[in-house]
Amino acid sequence: MNIIKTLMAASAALTISSATLVTQVSAAGDPAPEIYAKAMAGKRIMLVPMAMGFDLAQGWAAILKREVDAFGGIFETRDPNWSVEAGAQAITEAIASENKPDVLIIMSPDMNSYSKLMKRAQKAGIYVILVDNPANFKADAYVGSDWTQLGRLEAEAVVKGCGPDSSKKIGLVQGDQVNATSLFQYAGIMEVLAKYPEFEVVAKPDSNWDATTSRNVTTTMLQQNPEICGVIDFWDGDASGAAAAIREAGKQDSVFLVTTGGGEKAADCDLIADGTYGAVVMTDLAQETHNMVAIIKYLLQSGQPAGTAAPYIYTLLKATTKENMKPDSCWDLSALQAEAGQ
Amino acid sequence: MSFLKNLNQESIVLAITIAIFALASLMLPGFFTANNLVAIVRSVSVLGILALGMAMIIIGRGIDLSMVAIMAMSVACYLQMLGSGMGEGTALLLTLAGVIAMGLINGILVAYADVPAIFVTLASSSFVFGFVRSQLITTDAVPVPTAHWVEILGGLRFFSVPVEVFIFAGLAFATFLFLRYSKWGRYVYYAGDNPEAARNSGMPVRPMMVLRYVISALIAFIAGVLTAASLHSINTRIVNSNLLYDIVLITVIGGIGLSGGKGGVRNVLFGAALIGIMLNAMTIIDIPLLYQNLIKAGILLGAIIVDGILNPRDEQTAQQGDI
Repeated sequence: MNIIKTLMAASAALTISSATLVTQVSAAGDPAPEIYAKAMAGKRIMLVPMAMGFDLAQGWAAILKREVDAFGGIFETRDPNWSVEAGAQAITEAIASENKPDVLIIMSPDMNSYSKLMKRAQKAGIYVILVDNPANFKADAYVGSDWTQLGRLEAEAVVKGCGPDSSKKIGLVQGDQVNATSLFQYAGIMEVLAKYPEFEVVAKPDSNWDATTSRNVTTTMLQQNPEICGVIDFWDGDASGAAAAIREAGKQDSVFLVTTGGGEKAADCDLIADGTYGAVVMTDLAQETHNMVAIIKYLLQSGQPAGTAAPYIYTLLKATTKENMKPDSCWDLSALQAEAGQ
Repeated sequence: MSFLKNLNQESIVLAITIAIFALASLMLPGFFTANNLVAIVRSVSVLGILALGMAMIIIGRGIDLSMVAIMAMSVACYLQMLGSGMGEGTALLLTLAGVIAMGLINGILVAYADVPAIFVTLASSSFVFGFVRSQLITTDAVPVPTAHWVEILGGLRFFSVPVEVFIFAGLAFATFLFLRYSKWGRYVYYAGDNPEAARNSGMPVRPMMVLRYVISALIAFIAGVLTAASLHSINTRIVNSNLLYDIVLITVIGGIGLSGGKGGVRNVLFGAALIGIMLNAMTIIDIPLLYQNLIKAGILLGAIIVDGILNPRDEQTAQQGDI
């Protein structure tokens, strides 16, 4: 009887120890998932774009939500609806709140408005990632376009679209005179046009990012300079106005319209396909958002204090035209939202 | 001196308009051409249509700050319903019902609950925008479905003049007839000049007020349809723009006093002409937008100051309820 008991106890001990052994082996094999989970779980990521109502912000939010949910974090958005004050308030409240975010992703409306607030956020230990719009501030990362390069690509596209036998007269519909995206875009365009001295900018009104204003100034521009061969409008959000002016002047075939956007299907690719836009310099939105995700994962595990480094993570830009457009050139907002269950 | 005494804001604005027009015609090549003149009228058509509605409200001593919200959100809502596959008739009926309901709410709150119009319409503006934007549409910009009548409307031309110019002209004429020759139109002036007296003399002051807010909501919807027709989409971001101030600017600069009881369609047309010509000339000269706004504001201030000097306010001209 004793022998049997001893044997049973021994075998039981053996089973237990071998079981411990197995878990020890697997844990020794890869400790990473636990470290990763510990660093990421329950972390709060907050996105404060200029508004939630446009394609870029909705695209970012959809992909970010999917990724943050996957690592067990909490994803929140704030919608300032194009109001600088509302955005500032959202950031202030985020810094002051009890459950303050670990990472703030901010789309700044201009160079300076949020600079001080973002510094305060970093002081409070919040990592700040700037997206799409540059600002006078050392963010933990800037993820978005190099707007000067974007302007260069637009200029190259319009030079190509006009062609060597055209009038070589170009009109610009700028955004405004305060936003970095507008100013840098302009600088990039002029830099390239300096290389083509025979090309000339004949007018450069502002649209103030409004489609009706864009239509009115483009109408005037085309009447004053009927020989214009190309127009660059600084945003696809108002380029529908420039497009309307060109359509109404009956110049769809003689004026090459270039603009820039986030590469959403209905906003960009559909309009390239039907000839409204000659070329759209697009940001690869999915890649841009995944860059943000990579930076978030890095920052949360790095242990570095907020404000340690300020890298620029530029998104690859590409001028898409009817010729080089592929079925996957654009992304579909409605499909992405359906997938994210929004 | 007696000539100066007779100058009022309306004639000052007219004089400035003619001066700028003459100067631009002489100095700017391509300004005085048929195409450019059409473009000028066209550029202020939607603004002018909205200003007609606003003028009617202001003359009756009120103000409607919800016009831009109703204009953008009703059309966005309509297009969204079409885009999601709803039938044309149902979508249009639902939208019109919503527009009329908002006009009724504005009017009833102002007329029967005696809440100041500026607060009622400020609140209803935010409500319309917030409700539609959060509950009914998913993005700022809603496109017009391909080959829909709104898109076809935008391409319509008579004698190569865009259709919205004719609609502006038609609405201006209708408003003129209403204000000048209809009984209820005349009542608008009496009610605006002295609501108490108008009511005591038996005019239906309150129902008339409700009607005016309904009309202004419907006018806003028409302006929205025309905007969408031209751009092939409507962007609700326009609610945050300074369009509302431009509407008030056109109305007030033409000489319709905010205190009510004064002015007419002619004042709206003068105001619209001044703004249209100025913006067009500044675009031709290629003046940056910041300076354009400065010049626009400067001229408005100038007109108000000159009016203040020539027609000083005193106990006789000042009214209770002045904004």
